[in-house]
Amino acid sequence: MDILLYALLAGIGVALVAGPLGSFVVWRRMAYFSDTLAHSALLGVALGLVLSLPIPLMVVILCATLAVLLLLLQINQTLSADTLLGILAHTSLALGLFIVSFIKDIRIDLMAYLFGDLLSVTAQDLAWIYGGGLCILMTLILFWDSLLAVTVHEELARIEGVPVERIKLTLMLMLALVVAVAMKIVGVLLISALLIIPAATVRRHSNSPETMAIAASLCGMVAVIFGLSMSYHWDSPAGPSVVVACFVLFIGSQLIPVKTPQ
Amino acid sequence: MLDALLVQLNDISFHVQNRSILDSVSLSVRAGEIVTLIGPNGAGKTTLVKIVLGLLSPSSGSLVRNSKLRLGYMPQKFHLDPNLPLSVTRFLKLTQKADAAIEASLREVGILHLAKSAITSISGGELQRVLLARALLRKPQLLVLDEPVQGVDVAGQSELYQLISHVKDHYHCGVLMVSHDLHLVMSATDTVVCLNQHVCCQGHPDTVSSDPAYLSLFGKKGVDSMATYTHHHDHQHDLSGHVVDQQKERAGR
Repeated sequence: MDILLYALLAGIGVALVAGPLGSFVVWRRMAYFSDTLAHSALLGVALGLVLSLPIPLMVVILCATLAVLLLLLQINQTLSADTLLGILAHTSLALGLFIVSFIKDIRIDLMAYLFGDLLSVTAQDLAWIYGGGLCILMTLILFWDSLLAVTVHEELARIEGVPVERIKLTLMLMLALVVAVAMKIVGVLLISALLIIPAATVRRHSNSPETMAIAASLCGMVAVIFGLSMSYHWDSPAGPSVVVACFVLFIGSQLIPVKTPQ
Repeated sequence: MLDALLVQLNDISFHVQNRSILDSVSLSVRAGEIVTLIGPNGAGKTTLVKIVLGLLSPSSGSLVRNSKLRLGYMPQKFHLDPNLPLSVTRFLKLTQKADAAIEASLREVGILHLAKSAITSISGGELQRVLLARALLRKPQLLVLDEPVQGVDVAGQSELYQLISHVKDHYHCGVLMVSHDLHLVMSATDTVVCLNQHVCCQGHPDTVSSDPAYLSLFGKKGVDSMATYTHHHDHQHDLSGHVVDQQKERAGR
């Protein structure tokens, strides 16, 4: 029962921060960007194993480096953003797999990193998830208005004194952190789903950015509970079950008619 | 005595990868003055505006502007992702928290009835007014408007120009405005700067419209056909071209 409780707590912790961050991913059309960060997480895992450093730490460092690199490349872009992301996403994933194949003495379960291993969550993982989650939540609350202003119109935000580059970097670093902590839950290949699907699910029923962000968190939590019970009853893999649950909620929400204002 | 100089550009040039966008442009805006930039597409109007705002740095030349100058800006392009649910009031709150100030600015631009509407559901002309309201919330000393009447019909355009004129008097601010068409802005403009990478001619609108440089840029025929069609109105239109009574109906819906 402990295993399930840990899994539940871990999943809920990740869903909590994935809601508002996923909303920004949807608003700013950064789906491919978050995918790239997630793919590069595997390279972080490989480096962590090779250098025998804590894996979540290496993943955060690698994702953050990549985020900064992308921000810099976007400023002087000669290639279009999605081409650039495509190169980095797949190269980092391939490089991660390439390096992992050379590690002989450690037996690692690649599937667990690719698709998540929610049922093997340890107390240490929980500490990472809630520690990282708390950092993200506090940053979000502190910079909410600036984040929103930059998302709505960068130039207007800049004229009104918002430090646009710093805010964009903050958002990217938060995404890097959420990728690092969510990897355990749904795996690098499915992290984007946990970010995007809950936000997309609640969009039609939200009338402000704040309600959308909170509703996306709640929706993600419901999906975690729903997915874990599927996994428990049918012995299906936990990560993919959570994503399937997200999708079921998404379809369900599309069927509910939207309240017309007034 | 002349009004305070808000911004002065001296010999500003701007080029991107050896392509010249602006060549030695000088202009100035004083408090209480409306300066209109006109010129064909690709003349560098938006670039010049962005230099004035400090969004772009000129390749050469100098910009004199008080660093504490309060700027209000209406961008040419405003696109909001439809996935972002944002009401007009919430949008204005990004600039100014106080509800009373938001209400006052919405009333000033005549769209108080849209306060709760979603930004993505309002018309182009209404959006222009929302953007003006946001610029006014900063109590601007210099108002920079990039194509403020885009997507607005002719009747709505002159109404919007009147509003800008009123706003200028109310805040005693300087206005730098980009426009395609001299004739509609003429009555509200103090100085016209005709731009085609360099300043072709500048001065009072009456002088500029007969200047050979202006005529060669727009063509005599084009100038004539742009002359405003004036006729008597027995009813009023709002910004999106609806007759005003209908607008009331819309507000009550």
